[in-house]
Amino acid sequence: MSIPASPPGRFGVHGGQYVPETLMSALIELEEAYNAAQADPAFAAELDALLTGYAGRPSPLYFAEKMTRDLGGAKIYLKREDLNHTGSHKINNVLGQTLLAKRMGKTRLIAETGAGQHGVAAATAAALFGLECVVFMGKEDTERQALNVYRMELLGASVRPVTSGTQTLKDAVNETLREWASRLADTHYVLGSALGPHPFPTLVRDFQSVIGRETRRQVAAAENGRLPDVLLACVGGGSNAIGLFHDFIPDPSVRMIACEAAGLGVDHPKNAATIANGSVGVFHGMKSYFCQDEYGQIAPVHSISAGLDYPGVGPEHAGLHDSRRAEYVPVTDAEAVDAFGYLSRPEGIIPAIESAHAVACARRLAPELPADSILVICLSGRGDKDVAAIARYKGAVIHE
Amino acid sequence: MSERIRRAFAARKAFIPFITAGDPSMEVTEQLVYALEAAGADLIELGIPFSDPVAEGPVIQAASERALAAGFTTDKLFEMTARLRKRTDIALAFMTYLNPVYAYGKERFVRQAAECGVDALIVPDLPFEEKDELAPLCEQYGLAFISLIAPTSRGRALRIAAEAQGFVYCVSSMGVTGMRARLGTEIGGIIRLVKESRDIPCAIGFGVSTPEQARDMAELSDGVIIGSAIVDIAARHGKDCAGPVREFAEKIRAVL
Repeated sequence: MSIPASPPGRFGVHGGQYVPETLMSALIELEEAYNAAQADPAFAAELDALLTGYAGRPSPLYFAEKMTRDLGGAKIYLKREDLNHTGSHKINNVLGQTLLAKRMGKTRLIAETGAGQHGVAAATAAALFGLECVVFMGKEDTERQALNVYRMELLGASVRPVTSGTQTLKDAVNETLREWASRLADTHYVLGSALGPHPFPTLVRDFQSVIGRETRRQVAAAENGRLPDVLLACVGGGSNAIGLFHDFIPDPSVRMIACEAAGLGVDHPKNAATIANGSVGVFHGMKSYFCQDEYGQIAPVHSISAGLDYPGVGPEHAGLHDSRRAEYVPVTDAEAVDAFGYLSRPEGIIPAIESAHAVACARRLAPELPADSILVICLSGRGDKDVAAIARYKGAVIHE
Repeated sequence: MSERIRRAFAARKAFIPFITAGDPSMEVTEQLVYALEAAGADLIELGIPFSDPVAEGPVIQAASERALAAGFTTDKLFEMTARLRKRTDIALAFMTYLNPVYAYGKERFVRQAAECGVDALIVPDLPFEEKDELAPLCEQYGLAFISLIAPTSRGRALRIAAEAQGFVYCVSSMGVTGMRARLGTEIGGIIRLVKESRDIPCAIGFGVSTPEQARDMAELSDGVIIGSAIVDIAARHGKDCAGPVREFAEKIRAVL
């Protein structure tokens, strides 16, 4: 299947640059810096050295033998982004953008965060490069991810709780955009997902697509040169999913499935299943699918996972949905919590509650697939940060 | 170009107040339009409240939340505006983020706006590169699509101005809307540049909140847009805000 060609920053009808004029100069500066960096072999070399020596890449592709046996069906591999430094795939993008920030002469990073994984990664890169760092985080999220707040502060970042709107990820993005508009000269906005105005969806995807390139190599090495049959990843904004998928888009035999957060259920008002329930709109600088009411007011959404608790999806995913090249399936809080516990036992791996959405989908899907098929789950992050919240969800009282 | 917009800038420095529609109610918004007109406003911006207004500071964010909580809808705004237009000939602009327009149906929105007597559309998250979303429809239905220029527009300013309609909305300083203690004057240089290339009115907004600031900004431009300072008075006086808003507007008018 071929995807129709689009101008830069467009994915079918989606994408674009829908931002106030005050921000346009910063987006143009960033695009120029990114184009120059791509043409400069020194940039790739410096990023590769950091990904290898600092972040710990390549991340392993682990054959989950016990899970495979337990589910009966496809061979299940886990792409272990949880083993990266800082505990998730977010570091891939942050290191790339921080090098760009340095090239642009910026001395200050600002970032939004939901679960705190991106905020921690940004704070880490800022510490490494001696940059000031401010992380905006919805107040509700600072409470459910208190451990990550402390980690960011330990790394020298200041965390600003956002009290506007629903006090979650979308409000953190709003506030970071407002901060950026007031201070462009010395500040780079390290956007954490493959969303927002051009060039962010493209450059975040490029920095994350190392996941898919490694997966291709690793599956080929483990399985006699074969391609994977199914790729599974969770999707909020969608950076780990697009990172895994992107290299495989031209391979029609590879089925790509993204798992979106259905909260209490796709038919229940408390969900964040953007593709299932949303409609096309323009928000956070991009045209894409959004959960919204009939008048275009952005809807409050819900997911147990702070990282997927977002009313939109990155524009490249919207395009992949329109072209039917990728499938988008809803996974509820209850299924994700189940999968969180499930992977912890047969494999001894506690996944991030975000990644647990993809694990849940694998549990449904793997038994239906032939035994010689190869299924890869992107384990985008580790679950230490979620233990207290899951305990609370299950009614246990523990203190962090 | 709308005759009413031309007239707004014809005789004197234009005073352009902004109010958030539906805060605290549509009835009060209607009264505020009459009060502002009586105080000498030349063009009135009606802000369509949006759940996530990224270009707004805390004052207008809060007003948007109040208006939405009070039951604002785009349809109610059209009804109120049509009613208004029967009683006043003042120039009217809608200020809205793109998504409410998109959700309503772009053509349906622009056609309804034109039918109920709106003269211009200001869409802060629709920059020059994306203006084809609405500018051609505005042209078709006779609305001015207003372009914004910021202190960081530099090389873009002339391109933007070349295709601007009605007037150019010049952002005084970086950041979001809201009251500021001090305003930069670098926008003045960009306005001079625009004026050398084209005879189009330029009005300054963002951060202008006192009569002194209004006078200073008017010296650099053809008019002054004041939002947060007025919305703040409306917030403090609620349904009885028309009197205090009029008093404030008269003070601004007096210095322009």
